[in-house]
Amino acid sequence: MSLALLLDISYAIMGAGIGAGLAAIGAGIGIGKIGGSAMEGMARQPEASGKIQGAMLIIAALIEVAALFALVICLLISFKS
Amino acid sequence: MRSFFNRISPFSLVLSFFFVFGTLNFSKGQEHQEAAVEQHEGDHHEGEKAEAFNASEVIIHHVLDDHVWHLWDGHYGTIHLPIILYSSEKGLDVFSSSHFYDEHHNVVEYNGYVLEHNHISIAGNHEAYVLDLSITKNVAMLLLNAVLLVLVFSAVAKGAKNNAGKAPKGIQSFFEPIIIFVRDEIVKPNIGHHYHKFLPYMLTLFFFILFGNLLGLVPGSGNLTGNIAVTLTLAVFTFIITNVKGNKGYWGHIFWTPGVPLPLRIVILPVEIIGIFTKPISLTIRLFVAITAGHIVLLSLISLAFIFQSVAVGFVSSTIVLFINLIELLVAGIQAYVFTLFSSLYIGMAIADHEHH
Repeated sequence: MSLALLLDISYAIMGAGIGAGLAAIGAGIGIGKIGGSAMEGMARQPEASGKIQGAMLIIAALIEVAALFALVICLLISFKS
Repeated sequence: MRSFFNRISPFSLVLSFFFVFGTLNFSKGQEHQEAAVEQHEGDHHEGEKAEAFNASEVIIHHVLDDHVWHLWDGHYGTIHLPIILYSSEKGLDVFSSSHFYDEHHNVVEYNGYVLEHNHISIAGNHEAYVLDLSITKNVAMLLLNAVLLVLVFSAVAKGAKNNAGKAPKGIQSFFEPIIIFVRDEIVKPNIGHHYHKFLPYMLTLFFFILFGNLLGLVPGSGNLTGNIAVTLTLAVFTFIITNVKGNKGYWGHIFWTPGVPLPLRIVILPVEIIGIFTKPISLTIRLFVAITAGHIVLLSLISLAFIFQSVAVGFVSSTIVLFINLIELLVAGIQAYVFTLFSSLYIGMAIADHEHH
């Protein structure tokens, strides 16, 4: 394999690695914000904590799907290289 | 019976649950170990070098569809599913997929057909279109899911009929709270008055996705709801129902948004038309990614033990996989809930009657 092709492939795999890391950061920030405001809401009104917990879990699942979407694309890049 | 359960402490129940999951993970891993070892021995007989464990190939193979169902290694562990083909050149052909395999090779041609990367084409005529209607692993899982749904819910319905007016018993008492949850928390608040017309579809959708997700977590099963064709079909059903049942207010909001100055309406029009299609696309991708990515993460962690070829890493990775399996159970339930919730939201928005005009 020529050096140019090897370099391209290594750039692609490096990009995939960085992308997966950025996706994890995005998910962490998003779920952190949700968790933070959920905690605040539960501290203000403990009787609503059941509803807040339910809503928090669902929104965390949605954010996680977005992060996993990026993860799958990065995995595809690294597997196809 | 009750005194027996009272004496078992909850802690020991949880611990035994963990052990069961741990052994399930080990057996999932054993399958790969034996695959690697058997390939090693098979290659030794032919005098070639043993191949290293190719993690990406194993992972992608386990997540995608296949014509052969590998339960465990050995003659009785592989189920060769039937292949059903139709092409205008050769007509209808039905045969077992074992004909394509010949002691670990699969370039074997059979009856003029060639199997390459799970794609069947006519030998020597790559461009000819072959309609592949085979019972693959995912189709078999779909049929299993359907049979399970019919069995469970006919039992629940029979229980509801027999116990009318009395307290529910048996399997009816397990599923009735979940059905009431779907009706009262998902369907009724979002669809409004005519929720009973859409309730059968919503319940079917919810339980199909839930059972499909949970079946996919069983070791050795196929990845049913992680197949984008399956999720696309479910999203298309919601799309059809939304747009067929959409009333004048719904279409009016899309094509001629009320309450907005005229130049802005022209700008909003293409955005709204794209918006009709992004809704089912987002439903498709959300479920597909959540389930497939979960399976890929689990398989990658199990493969760690085989990449490092060490028992200590195996113990650590099995423990981590155990906890991620529990998260996947939660994700299975949440994704079923979210798909049904968004479907009922879209249908509710389409049939909402606007009193303020």
